[in-house]
Amino acid sequence: MDAKALKAEFPILNQDINGHPLVYLDNAATTQKPRAVIEAVKRYYEWDNANVHRGVHTLGSRATDAYEGAREKVARFINAPASRQIVFTRGTTTALNIVASGYARQTLREGDEIVITPMEHHSNLIPWQQAAKATGATLKYIPLQPDGTISLADVESTITANTKIVSMTYISNVLGTINPIAEVAKIAHKNGAIIVVDGAQSTPHLKVDVQALDVDFYAFSGHKMCAPTGIGALYGKAQLLERMEPIEFGGEMIDFVELYDSTWKELPWKFEGGTPIIAGAVGLGAAIDFLQDIGLDNIDRHEKKLTSYAMDSLSAIDGITIYGPRQERAGLVTFNLGDVHPHDVATVLDTEGIAVRAGHHCCQPLMRWLKVSATARASIYLYNSEEDIDRLAQSLVRTKEFFQ
Amino acid sequence: MSQLDDLYRRVIMDHYKTPRNRGELEAGSVTVNLNNPTCGDRISLQLEIEDGIVRNAKFTGEGCSISMSSASMMTDAVKGKTAEEALKLADKFSSLMKGESVEFDEYEDIEALSGVNKFPARIKCATLAWNALRKGVEHGHGMHEDIEQ
Repeated sequence: MDAKALKAEFPILNQDINGHPLVYLDNAATTQKPRAVIEAVKRYYEWDNANVHRGVHTLGSRATDAYEGAREKVARFINAPASRQIVFTRGTTTALNIVASGYARQTLREGDEIVITPMEHHSNLIPWQQAAKATGATLKYIPLQPDGTISLADVESTITANTKIVSMTYISNVLGTINPIAEVAKIAHKNGAIIVVDGAQSTPHLKVDVQALDVDFYAFSGHKMCAPTGIGALYGKAQLLERMEPIEFGGEMIDFVELYDSTWKELPWKFEGGTPIIAGAVGLGAAIDFLQDIGLDNIDRHEKKLTSYAMDSLSAIDGITIYGPRQERAGLVTFNLGDVHPHDVATVLDTEGIAVRAGHHCCQPLMRWLKVSATARASIYLYNSEEDIDRLAQSLVRTKEFFQ
Repeated sequence: MSQLDDLYRRVIMDHYKTPRNRGELEAGSVTVNLNNPTCGDRISLQLEIEDGIVRNAKFTGEGCSISMSSASMMTDAVKGKTAEEALKLADKFSSLMKGESVEFDEYEDIEALSGVNKFPARIKCATLAWNALRKGVEHGHGMHEDIEQ
């Protein structure tokens, strides 16, 4: 895999920021879009745009084919048994909220338990807080090890016969921790619980097989994997999705509507009220084609190599603290530079054309666990190279000197 | 790094590294807690307002060099000012953040923060303490019933 050649496919990356060639290292927040995706969305609007599932006319069927074709691509991408098990959503947040509002609130009773971890993004935390409050269920946390991982012994002891839902991120957007989802799924199932996975940080970077992992729900966003913003997906096991009531009611999702009662369409459309995000889905389909042409295994290998390079070169900077596990980590490095505030770090890097994230990364409980108010984070993707990491490291050294 | 020098003028670094008025006041003063939820910066500002005059001001909190130096300068600048003067100062600071040319005869260190207007993402850092001042003065001066915590 040639990262530099791939970078040329992303028009936005070919520009100067504050007089320096852009080094984009905020990929855990959102990734840039390749020409193929931008063109696919443009082509859709220039040739195929119409509303789906209703037009008898040619454009209506072309739009429907494009939209449903994207669903097929998503299903194959994460190895779902059938495309009817893929619900298009606005992103991971909406997908997790569908499970928390639909499945959790409709099934949980007082005394039931929801188990999550302190490393969850707010989007996989607040929906469960709210579901627990609404149903009288208890929210429990699997504790973190000092290196920011979880131990299977703790998973075993936290999940009990009362646990009905275990929800966990596959990859932490702060620590880079890769959670042992398949093993946690086994423990959850042994106790009669279901497992929900936040796949926002995993789906763009490694091959995901929802059947091999044996997860019950899996949520992810398109915009973190080269697709447009505003499109994501929820995978669910068919019998669970069938049991769930829709969250949104209106057009598109109905079967028969009478004056005082209505019935719903079958899966997945009962969850897709209103005109869906058609162009977004087309863009997501194009992004999946793009990623599969490169090969998820190749992307994974490239990022592992680059992560280890980044860990080595950033660790060498005097006074830096890097959070999360040393080994077996995903392609992001979260750090603090001595007592220089991360906002100041990010501002200095920006003046040298380097984009990183600074703040709490939507993980306030995790920040408290780390005993910091904020951190800086550099996160990589397929178009980043060792040169980008070198620029980051050099700039961090200058930042340190500047604030001394 | 000339753009940076504009932003992090020595005076800002000085206030960041040796903040003025950092600490807490006795009970009886007005306390305003504000945070910037997008980045986690937070300030707890305490004002002692007597006969319509800001007798004393102190702050605690955590944040970047911009937010903390701004709090340090603001607390220095408002001491001894009447409530109206303090609010006028806050208005002047808003103008400074909009890139307007404003002079702070009272306390010219503040002008060092003018560079912030070139960094839109950081304006909220600089204004945090001033927003707290506005709330505190309006409350302490009987202009507001309650104070947002």
